[in-house]
Amino acid sequence: MFSLRSVVFAICTLAAVSATAQAPDWKKIRIGVEGNYPPFSQITPDGKLSGFDIDIANGICAQLKAECTLIQQEWDGMIPALNVRKFDAIVASMTISEERKKAVDFSDPYYDVPSRWIAKAGAFKEATPDSFKGKKIAVIRNSPRAKFVADNFKGSETLLVNKETDVYLELAAGRADIGFGSSVVSGEAFLKKPEGKGFAQVGPAVNLGGGAGVGIAVRKGDDALRQKINGALKAMMADGSYKKLATKYFDFDVSPNRAQ
Amino acid sequence: MIDWSVIATSLPDFLAGLKVTLLLLVISLSTGLLLSVPLAVARVSSNPLLSKPVWLYTYVIRGTPLLVQLFIIYYGFAQIDLIRNSSAWPLFREAWFCAWLAFSINTTAYTTEIIAGALRATPAGEVEAAKSLGMTTFDLYRRILLPGAFRRALPQYSNEAVGMMHATAIASTVTLVDLTRVARDVYANHLATVEAFGTVAVFYFVLTFSLIGLFRLAERHWLKHLRAQVAAPSTLVAK
Repeated sequence: MFSLRSVVFAICTLAAVSATAQAPDWKKIRIGVEGNYPPFSQITPDGKLSGFDIDIANGICAQLKAECTLIQQEWDGMIPALNVRKFDAIVASMTISEERKKAVDFSDPYYDVPSRWIAKAGAFKEATPDSFKGKKIAVIRNSPRAKFVADNFKGSETLLVNKETDVYLELAAGRADIGFGSSVVSGEAFLKKPEGKGFAQVGPAVNLGGGAGVGIAVRKGDDALRQKINGALKAMMADGSYKKLATKYFDFDVSPNRAQ
Repeated sequence: MIDWSVIATSLPDFLAGLKVTLLLLVISLSTGLLLSVPLAVARVSSNPLLSKPVWLYTYVIRGTPLLVQLFIIYYGFAQIDLIRNSSAWPLFREAWFCAWLAFSINTTAYTTEIIAGALRATPAGEVEAAKSLGMTTFDLYRRILLPGAFRRALPQYSNEAVGMMHATAIASTVTLVDLTRVARDVYANHLATVEAFGTVAVFYFVLTFSLIGLFRLAERHWLKHLRAQVAAPSTLVAK
């Protein structure tokens, strides 16, 4: 039988344990990743997570000598999941934006690539609101890219999809006339693949974040973790391991500081 | 605490989502009901050429998840050149059409089995009486079998309708902005869990109880003979 005293004792122990968990030393870090953003984050045919984001996450953990768990989360609920403590940091190609800064804190950028317009080759001469008037633009929902399209291409229809890879699925299926996506994902996961045959980039690259780049999000006020992550990123860039990771995926420079 | 301003500002979006959910439910259920009556008659037919294909159809559809059926129609068909180049492509291009098709095919299978079961449960005496009066098979179905089967199927069918209403949430996976999609967007943009999913739960709750209420009314009307007759004895006691 449970006596009242043992129940009280159990509750006190639990409270004590959770109190020590309140001040973590970050020897164990849970990282939220996405898995639908090749080549940054993807699921290999044998079901494992791989990609640049994944390698960066593992690289940071190796630098910090921390034990890391990667938790896959749909893009849609990424920030809410962070804030309800399903994980402690987001390494999911998240562009640093003013809106997001209201909900989370960001590390220094760990890469920066522009966005790109993709359409059937020859279908459009230029990427302007006039030339896309009345056409359907596929873009990932709840993102700076979706906001950019909604603000600047009011004459076009938008097809808001749930994942970055859906932009290219819908484009190939003919459900959208233009896709607006990451220059790297559209290139590596679509244009260079058989599915992307006959499609091409339209107009110049678009820099959305004003060059703010892509960062690692932590909960507001988790400054110790943010500093640790920044330190690890700096160390990785200094010792060449960042470059080694990047050349595994890209034949061009994606590092955030290349402009300077 | 609950942030009412989030609910207030997103209420128009929820109402737009409600419209999508309701429309999808109504067009799928009516298509399903219309198709399942002839299919149920074929299903109980003694001719295997009629009954076996329908058996196979309901067996396959009831044996696979609706989500998979929707994905095959929405994503799968779009990759088949035969369909891409056919005159039906403008239809399959639309998420609405794909959702309507998948939902109709699904609910038709379940409704067919519900009506077929109700047809089989017809008391043999009713059929014999009708035959002894010289009714043709068509008249037998029109006057005896189907009216009786509809009555018996009503309680089960109300379950199917409510189940289908909840299943419309699956449409949010193919870019339709239904109630569930609105809730997820509000959640993603305002990071307000209780506000987003609490509000949508209230919407679904009201929808469910309205549907159940409608079926109650229908049962009260068509299943009147099954209700307990208590009024008469109690008035006797009072006197």
